[in-house]
Amino acid sequence: MPTSTQITESGPTGPGSAPEAGPQPPASNPGGTRPKAVVRPGDRIFSAATLIAGILILLILAGVALFLLAQSKDTIAAQLSDPTQITGGRGFFSYVWPLVIGTLISAAIALVVATPFALGIALFTTHMAPRRLAPMLGYVIDLLAAIPSVVYGLWGIALAGNLTGFYLWLSKWFGWIPIFAPAADGSVSQTGRTLLTASLVLSIMILPIITSLTREIFLQTPRLQEEAALALGATRWEMIRMAVLPFGRSGIVSATMLGLGRALGETMAVAMILSPGVLTASLVVSGNQTIASEIAQNFPEAAGLRLSELITVGLVLFVITLLVNMGARAIVARTSVKGS
Amino acid sequence: MTTADTAIAKPAKLTSKQLPQATPWVVATASIVLAIVIGFVFFGGFNVPVVAVLAGLINMVAVFVLSASYEGRRKAVDRVATTVVTSTFVLACVPLISLLWLTASKGGAAISGDLLSRTMLGMKGVLDQQYVAGEATLAGGFYHAIVGTVLITLAACVISIPIGVLTAIYLVEYAGKNRLGRAITFLVDVMTGIPSIVAGLFAFALFSTVANVLMPASAGIAKTGFTAAVALSVLMVPIVVRNTEEILRLVPMDLREASYALGVPKWKTIMKIVLPTSVSGILSGVTIAIARVIGETAPIMVTAGFAKTLNWNLFSGWMSTLPTYIYDSQLRPVSPGAAALASSERAWAAALVLVLLVMVLNLLARIIAKVLAPKSGR
Repeated sequence: MPTSTQITESGPTGPGSAPEAGPQPPASNPGGTRPKAVVRPGDRIFSAATLIAGILILLILAGVALFLLAQSKDTIAAQLSDPTQITGGRGFFSYVWPLVIGTLISAAIALVVATPFALGIALFTTHMAPRRLAPMLGYVIDLLAAIPSVVYGLWGIALAGNLTGFYLWLSKWFGWIPIFAPAADGSVSQTGRTLLTASLVLSIMILPIITSLTREIFLQTPRLQEEAALALGATRWEMIRMAVLPFGRSGIVSATMLGLGRALGETMAVAMILSPGVLTASLVVSGNQTIASEIAQNFPEAAGLRLSELITVGLVLFVITLLVNMGARAIVARTSVKGS
Repeated sequence: MTTADTAIAKPAKLTSKQLPQATPWVVATASIVLAIVIGFVFFGGFNVPVVAVLAGLINMVAVFVLSASYEGRRKAVDRVATTVVTSTFVLACVPLISLLWLTASKGGAAISGDLLSRTMLGMKGVLDQQYVAGEATLAGGFYHAIVGTVLITLAACVISIPIGVLTAIYLVEYAGKNRLGRAITFLVDVMTGIPSIVAGLFAFALFSTVANVLMPASAGIAKTGFTAAVALSVLMVPIVVRNTEEILRLVPMDLREASYALGVPKWKTIMKIVLPTSVSGILSGVTIAIARVIGETAPIMVTAGFAKTLNWNLFSGWMSTLPTYIYDSQLRPVSPGAAALASSERAWAAALVLVLLVMVLNLLARIIAKVLAPKSGR
């Protein structure tokens, strides 16, 4: 592309038009209006191409919503005419709300577990690790992000059984908290494939994104503020509390929300690890289901109305994550801390 | 407080007391030993998680008490905070190491040249049962999944790299601060957050809507490799745009202005000056994007199905990729019961190949960034 255009274009336009454009304007411009820039066909084509590409992105995002809506029309029609056709027999909303709750629960657990770790790792790599080691340690965390989610799922399945002892212990000592309550006969999941296991794997998966965003914000802490704190005799931790954390607060919030968006939409870890069931409050017995996992587990066999239902559920997920992400970006934009 | 008082009383001494440098290491070792002993006495045996938790707690208390009694409370808090922050990093490495180890050991044990060169054509449960009983070697393979991965990823690249790079050029070179540019930047950010399965559903919905219009009564025709490629493009475009945009903004304005001053048109300035300067960054960004989408499972399974055999045609029929192969083998084994082990072994072997592929791509991105980077003048 570059070589061929050079041959065809540089002959007439390059040397030909440039000298004309140079000396002419002062002579032919007595009125004092500014000389008009020469617009070459290559320029027009190129700027049009880039513009089209940009607009295409707008169209894709609009298309996601539109086509999902188009495929949801069967579900909407069924909901309006005869809600008993929908899976579960009680209409779309009573089908979808346990999924939404399950998704929110798993994302919330993942976030609660991952955020402190992410902050710790970000602080460690930016302010505490030996200077020369720090970039390498950053790579290690990036490696966590590079591993495909399906491998996390495989890993989670292999290790889920090891957690049953822990869950038994949890239900024995903390069973009075509803989320750790054992089943009616006092047992917990035999395979360990519960929502808690899935959420823990999820927390490992969202750890890198929160870490990398907060790390970038911590790196932007004004050097002078840090040094001023240290010069006044603050210990390193006091410096972090006085200079780094207040500066990065909004960044931390938005990084957490972006992590939430990722956790809400993450499919494979949950789809592979969780043995799904009805919504239960307890996290140590099997049961519960998330939106993404419901789609992944049922889509391959689905047809007709069921297919449309799953696409509608996907639309719900799309809207939820869109709201979360837009919120996070709005926070970033408002505080004008450059991140991501 | 006490250190400050003594400092005022005796101005000759300007430093406060400090524990020797090796203290944290000594304390950490001592707490691990103590934790192992306690583990043996109270929990009857050596249990790694219990010992680790105990050692962490003992270490924390010991560091605080020791430091508080000698160096003062503020120093002690600082030391505990350092310990906590460091241990978050160490703890985060545990799953990574465990995962890599499990993949290497399980996948390494199962992998063979046959697995790489065969498909699941003619695969029967009895073959797996024979393997588990020790009467035959592991049958089947995932050659078709490797082919599918390469084809679908290449198609996704063909779609998304031009769109992504051109959009980035628009944002950096043409948009300035206009409204469309800001809208695109915002929506690209939002697009990075689209759940991968929703991207898959979108591509499926797009193609089944189109198929319905073009030829009604064609159920299932929407599931092809190309649909999967479109789904992956939705995920890939924002990554390419972000990475390219970041690199293009790093190109010094002086270079562009020098080119304009010589009368070079804008588009040629971009083609001849801006892009060559940033080519290393763009290529490494694209490689990172490929590494990201090559491991995607959810969008493929809703758009390309699960093929058992080789399919070179992107535009018709189901296709399999390594991630969907792993999912399918693990959750829907060829033979149920004890012989499901054989399917699981194939899944781990495929996981090893996939992880290696992703690592190589990531490494490649770093090498490209280093080797092709423009030589700095000074």
